[in-house]
Amino acid sequence: MEMPAPDARILSRKAQVVQRLLTVLPKDAVIHEEAETRAYECDALTAYRCPPMVAVLPSNTQEVSDVLRICHQEGVPVVPRGSGTSLAGGALPTADCVILGVARLNDVLETDYDNRIIKVQSGRTNLSVTGAVEEEDFFYAPDPSSQLACAIAGNIAMNSGGAHCLKYGVTTNNLLGVTMVMMDGTVVEVGGAHLDAPGLDLLGIICGSEGQLGVVTEATLRILHKPEGARPVLMGFDDNEVAGACVADIIKAGVLPVAIEFMDRPCIEATEKFAKAGYPDCEALLIVEVEGSDAEIDEQLSVIMDIARSHNPVELRESKSPMESAAIWKGRKSAFGAMGQINDYMCLDGTIPVSQLPFVLRRIGEMSKEYGLKVGNVFHAGDGNMHPLILFDANKPGDLELCEAFGADILKLCVEVGGCLTGEHGVGIEKRDLMFDQFNPEDMEAQLKIKDVFDPQWLLNPAKVFPLSVTETRRTPIAAE
Amino acid sequence: MMTLQPRSESDLSEAVASAYAAKTPLEIVGGGTRRTLGGPVQAADTLSTAGLSGITLYEPGALTIVAQAGTPLAEVEAALKAENQRLPFEPMDHRALLGTEGEPTIGGVVAANVSGPRRFQVGACRDSLIGVRYVDGQGTAIKNGGRVMKNVTGYDIVKLMAGSYGTLGVLSEVSFKVLPDTAHSSVLLFEGLSDVDAVACMCAAMATPYEVSGAAHLPVGMDGAPVTMLRLEGFEKSVAYRAGELAKALAHFGTPKVESDPDKTAAGWRYIRDVEAFAGQPGDVWRVSVKPTDGPKVAAAVGAQGVVYDWSGGLVWLLVGEGTDIRPALAGIAGHATLIRASASTRAAIPAFHPEAAPLAKVTAGLRAQFDPAGILNPGRMG
Repeated sequence: MEMPAPDARILSRKAQVVQRLLTVLPKDAVIHEEAETRAYECDALTAYRCPPMVAVLPSNTQEVSDVLRICHQEGVPVVPRGSGTSLAGGALPTADCVILGVARLNDVLETDYDNRIIKVQSGRTNLSVTGAVEEEDFFYAPDPSSQLACAIAGNIAMNSGGAHCLKYGVTTNNLLGVTMVMMDGTVVEVGGAHLDAPGLDLLGIICGSEGQLGVVTEATLRILHKPEGARPVLMGFDDNEVAGACVADIIKAGVLPVAIEFMDRPCIEATEKFAKAGYPDCEALLIVEVEGSDAEIDEQLSVIMDIARSHNPVELRESKSPMESAAIWKGRKSAFGAMGQINDYMCLDGTIPVSQLPFVLRRIGEMSKEYGLKVGNVFHAGDGNMHPLILFDANKPGDLELCEAFGADILKLCVEVGGCLTGEHGVGIEKRDLMFDQFNPEDMEAQLKIKDVFDPQWLLNPAKVFPLSVTETRRTPIAAE
Repeated sequence: MMTLQPRSESDLSEAVASAYAAKTPLEIVGGGTRRTLGGPVQAADTLSTAGLSGITLYEPGALTIVAQAGTPLAEVEAALKAENQRLPFEPMDHRALLGTEGEPTIGGVVAANVSGPRRFQVGACRDSLIGVRYVDGQGTAIKNGGRVMKNVTGYDIVKLMAGSYGTLGVLSEVSFKVLPDTAHSSVLLFEGLSDVDAVACMCAAMATPYEVSGAAHLPVGMDGAPVTMLRLEGFEKSVAYRAGELAKALAHFGTPKVESDPDKTAAGWRYIRDVEAFAGQPGDVWRVSVKPTDGPKVAAAVGAQGVVYDWSGGLVWLLVGEGTDIRPALAGIAGHATLIRASASTRAAIPAFHPEAAPLAKVTAGLRAQFDPAGILNPGRMG
């Protein structure tokens, strides 16, 4: 993984940059000692690390604006950082950058149940958004696995999803407005508590732009009333293909489950060993959850279970109590941890058309043998968002590279069958060099031109998303003389 | 005056590339039923997408449909209906309101980001749109997104294209996430509520777990009296249960009548969706988007001849005297107002789309210059 060489001219002016930042931020919000900047050297893609030149922790929109204005004037690249949970390296610094962390921006600014919105500062964690409205039985729907830690800022940057997006959509479908600071320090308001854009849908392009178009400091989010209840059913099949057909039949039947989760044999075995959830010994396992009142759940589950029966499941288990529901979810929720017990792993995030599921799983199995690396699959089957977990040994020379090559082959396969490189984690640096497998040069250029408009000097998170070769001329250092 | 009608995306590329080389502005037309939305287009030549027609892929088990931009909307809806599925966002038919003729196309729906009453529950057209192919203002064919419903690979140009009224590119193909059609629908009808009480009633309904998929209020209903409509959809038993629970929860707003006749409920929501109340009525039509509780404030501030509330009060349709600019009256209420129906001279005098704050207007202008450097795509339509 290549990152651009740090600009010596910027590094030589570190003292001056720090000095200027200290004029707009409190002393404890400017981190520049080498021992301390190390805390920001990586995100959740820990294989790659590089301490930034400086890290700043502003507390409000004005401070963010001041920081960006100074960095803009000084020609210093800025890497925005939410909670640092990116699996794609979205918050990986370069040695000549300023990390702009939003962790201190964590207030709730407004809750409005009549209009079903909450306005928060962007450093607030995903789960604590729900926490702020729970007492009125409301919740914020997007629920990435890292929701305890991840920040709304990062969710917006990556357009994060979660297990329940089949019904509730992803971040972009639940985001109504943002306060955003442009690279030159200009503060803009996009959207608000109302729906739809007055002109071009700028909010739509900001969401998912991986911190390359601006720094979001406040967000207006859609909140929903909680369902009366939810209940899962677990089904085991002795063939991936049959499980895939069952998913398609459930969807075709007109039932819209809130989640359809899929685990394959390697993953089932690992989680059984780790969590002892009592999962059946089978090739493929589905957890299907529906919502509503007890009677509504009964009605939907009876349709779903009839469909499951028609596919001869080796096991069909309907939850009868909250305890049984928890047991069904226990293995799924500990799947990543269970795989991590066996070895280091790399988690992929490609999406495929649901109809290609059996073929893709078979090919991944074959490739696993070719590469000599084990892989388990656990994913959101309803929307085709796969999460193959490739096991490798970080201490074994060459294993990480082998794992990355295997991962790249799986993602290329996802694209070949009509899917994409990343469904919810983002491109970051991890998938940056695979972008040409998804887009031709013209498709890519159309995207680069958008960044040219928002950030003409390419100072915001410049080394991410696009292959370095295509962004090089745009990133040419423009350090102030 | 010339009409270009390309038969393939490569023809379309060539046509736009020639126009770019000659700096010839083009009016982009699908079915022509929404041609008067936005400002008057300053172009002598027309580019029609009617030749780009047909569903290219439909996988009911994956909830995905892909169609060429000129495909009639009716064809897409019929294909979905045959598999008990639908476009979730319930696109409005503008023909009666605008007095236009023709067949709406799926590309036109996307270009104008057309949605209906269900928008406040399941999102707008842009929320169901998962992929686009388009030709930019230099004739280059571009793809973004694809046919899978979760995709964060690169920037989401898909969203930007929805509602860009052909000013960023000419759509050649669009992909959607679709949803199961619902077996059953019931509507709770509350009579005689004031605008403020009606919005309170709708907001209270949305603050329940009963999944209300339509919330509209007519200050003057079909029989002349105010009526507030709340829609529930799903399996029959579930709808009946939720109708009962919702009526209990909203008892302080009165005892609602429950209408479950499929034809009557469909007609009622079509009336709201297509703003039939203003069809054929003299006057200009505005569409105002605000937070729901500000809806009645909008109506009061404007003092309109006719008002229709949708989206729990967040979408306010107003019928006003010809040539009235309602925006000054709405100063201080957050949101935006779009002029939907007016004479060409009014549309030339009053911007159809709400003017943006200066820094955003600069971004918008910058994006348009990047996508369409010669300014040949629908010039004038979005200003």
